[in-house]
Amino acid sequence: MTSPLEQKLKITGPVVVTANRLRDGAVVYRTLDGKWSTRLEEAAVVSTVPTATELLAAAVADDISAVGAYVAPVRVGPGGWPEPGNLRERIRHSGPTTVPSVTVGV
Amino acid sequence: MYLYDELDRTLVAERVSEFRDQVGRRISGKLTEEEFKPLRLMNGVYLQLHAYMLRIAIPYGTLSSRQLRMLAHVGRRYDRHFGHFTTRQNIQFNWIKLEDLPDATADLASVGLHGMQTSGNNVRNITTDQWAGVAPDELEDPRIWAELLRQHTTLHPEFSFLPRKFKIAVTAAAHDRAAIKVHDVGLRLHRNGAGEIGFEVLVGGGLGRTPFIAKSIRPFLPKRDILSYVEAILRVYNQFARRDNIYKARIKILVHDLGAEAFAREVEAEWQHIKDGPLALDPAVVAEIAARFRYPDYARLDDNPPELARLRNANRRFDAWLGNAVANHKVPGYAIVTLSLKPEGGPPGDATSDQMDTIADLADRYSFGEIRVGHEQNLVFPHVAQRDLPELWRALDAIGVAIPNVGLVSDIIACPGLDYCSLANARAIPVAQELTRRFRNLDLAHDLGRLHINISGCINACGHHHVGHIGILGVEKNGEEFYQITLGGRADERAELGALLGPAVPYGKVADVVEEVVAAYLELRERPDEKFVETVKRLGVEPFKERVYATH
Repeated sequence: MTSPLEQKLKITGPVVVTANRLRDGAVVYRTLDGKWSTRLEEAAVVSTVPTATELLAAAVADDISAVGAYVAPVRVGPGGWPEPGNLRERIRHSGPTTVPSVTVGV
Repeated sequence: MYLYDELDRTLVAERVSEFRDQVGRRISGKLTEEEFKPLRLMNGVYLQLHAYMLRIAIPYGTLSSRQLRMLAHVGRRYDRHFGHFTTRQNIQFNWIKLEDLPDATADLASVGLHGMQTSGNNVRNITTDQWAGVAPDELEDPRIWAELLRQHTTLHPEFSFLPRKFKIAVTAAAHDRAAIKVHDVGLRLHRNGAGEIGFEVLVGGGLGRTPFIAKSIRPFLPKRDILSYVEAILRVYNQFARRDNIYKARIKILVHDLGAEAFAREVEAEWQHIKDGPLALDPAVVAEIAARFRYPDYARLDDNPPELARLRNANRRFDAWLGNAVANHKVPGYAIVTLSLKPEGGPPGDATSDQMDTIADLADRYSFGEIRVGHEQNLVFPHVAQRDLPELWRALDAIGVAIPNVGLVSDIIACPGLDYCSLANARAIPVAQELTRRFRNLDLAHDLGRLHINISGCINACGHHHVGHIGILGVEKNGEEFYQITLGGRADERAELGALLGPAVPYGKVADVVEEVVAAYLELRERPDEKFVETVKRLGVEPFKERVYATH
């Protein structure tokens, strides 16, 4: 598989690094202190290629905590917190839009 | 039902043990993701948007009540209380945790279920008619041949690393309910001029980025040669197909590039080397496989018992269900019942664990403990005594699966789309949900007659959009969801690819456009029994296009 580090990053605005947690697949975001959080508001937000590359490299190296790290766009919301930057990331962040779903007990 | 033997049970149990060890090593960090990914995929474990997804094979769509109960248990214990039946007659669980997978796969193995060959470049779950063994219009049970092929291709070392995935479908009926013409290999059992039963062999069908209808390369193949001939096809494919470009690696591209005749010559040449070798089928082996398919001990009953007519007259809903979801059976006094997993506003093909448990109990009571999964994402009870239909209907209605919309406009096929799938560009399920609300009027649906809407959330076409009477394909344009709409596709014995209606429309307009198309059909059809696809065939897409794009 091609490492995300081998792909050229194009960054036109604020981004975060996201992945899926190894043990359960949950969506996680890379934090400033080099950890993973399920809360987007705790994600490290960067907006230049060097800082995003650095954040991604550290995330990819942490292969035992999370899988498939990549750079995802965010918008900075009214309160200054990051919000998902596109539909795919919104669905990853907030769950399926299939309402009403048949799911129960969630 | 097919009864697995000791070999099958050992193979599945060994795989569970191997996988438990692999998951343990991955979680402890002894395996990297790069090392682990191919191992999890060999067991049907994908990583999707929100979580891991486990795909479980249901060979030729046949389940026992015990197996369905276990699927309910897996949904309840390890997932979010539901499963999603797919267009490959499989089931997927969308929220399973990696750390739970060893226990989940062990539970599944206890009833002979597994995820082997539901991913990867190998021969995938072999599909067939969900009415196999009971359809009045079939020559014989095609599952015997699907099972032979399943056994032969399971963990076959030569075919474990094919250029791409490989899908085989078999039918033995006059009406193709298994969509064999859009498979890598389609096998059609039929009788030749001499009265013998054998296979027509079709190759190179498929959907996805480059759709093709399969070409017939052999009009009649004796049954004894089926394994050797399929082996020859796989060898030619393995040798000549492109491995440098994933988008050009399927057999359909090879057959198209070489031409069906040249491809057939290659297969025949390869086949000459092996046709009389160990793969030539011994009738005793076939008989042994056939004997492991157990059929119910049917009672001697008459068709159309009086209680049916009484309830039909008294209850319009029962009458509509009987006319729509109940089909003729090859044994007098029995019926085939389709359970619709397409409720108004619901995700197509989903069933809750509670529904699965109840369906398993009802299958024990009314269908000799057997359930089928159809590629249209509905379930089937294959052996129901007609006299039991009123009771069964009440029980199915109580859990929401007696909707009389089978084969109608709201019986929509949809892939998981962008709500779950990491490959998708656009959502599919919410589009289907909105359409089922727009077409909630069952009187209109019955007036429209057979009308299949198929929706895919990306070009990979898991929702079979190319062969939908109305096909809907989600694409992404500048970060927004758009949908291309095709008309006139069909997946049966007269399979055709749909023709593009016009420019793609945004998410919020899809249901409006489909309503316009349907309204145009009602105006354009020559008579009430001219089906939607027939009207499109007669007139082309132009009159539909004029109406839709004049309005939008």
